[in-house]
Amino acid sequence: MNHATDLPIWATLLITLFLLIGAGLTLIGSLGLYRLRSFYDRIHAPTLGTSWGTAGIALASVIYFSVVESQLVLHQLLIGIFVMATTPITLILLGRAALYRDRTENNHDVPPLHPPENLPQPSEPEQDPVVTHKNAGEE
Amino acid sequence: MSATILFWAVTTAQIALGIAMVLALVRMINGPRAQDRVLGLDTLYNNSMLLMLVFGIRTGNSLYFEISLIIGALGFVATVALAKFLMRGEVIE
Repeated sequence: MNHATDLPIWATLLITLFLLIGAGLTLIGSLGLYRLRSFYDRIHAPTLGTSWGTAGIALASVIYFSVVESQLVLHQLLIGIFVMATTPITLILLGRAALYRDRTENNHDVPPLHPPENLPQPSEPEQDPVVTHKNAGEE
Repeated sequence: MSATILFWAVTTAQIALGIAMVLALVRMINGPRAQDRVLGLDTLYNNSMLLMLVFGIRTGNSLYFEISLIIGALGFVATVALAKFLMRGEVIE
């Protein structure tokens, strides 16, 4: 912490705020991963850490290095953009793989691929009587 | 003054990220099924990446940023490969 003695107080408070937001949200997300009951509940929880957890810590790092080096340093935002772009891809792939595994094992907790036959079908939308009348008149 | 505030903020963030890594590791070890373990590994990668960024703030060294970027890229590739393996039974068809 030898660079930190000459930081202005506004930069220190901003860095502290973003660091605590990022680390706290990551901790809450991992606690949700530990505590929630089913896999499909758990897959939502760590996205707290990959959205604002990563963004908060990357913003704190950007502010710190920009103030210390007296120029705008933005390359920590690269990590934030990369993580935010890749997390949905990985979680969609993982969720579809888990759903495929549950369906092939005939687990009844997941919705089936084809809906059962005896469900009540949604009613047909009623036709507009004006259009019907005009079609009859053209014939 | 500002050095003291920053020191305690960084220490608190490191402790929080360490607890988060332990929770993800527990989920990875005793997750009931394979997809829980993969999700725990993905969370562990992400938490270690954030911990490396906080280490970079603590030491003022920008080398930790590159470690963090490498961890992020490897975590993405590892999770995609493991999800593909869970889906198909093989990674490259």
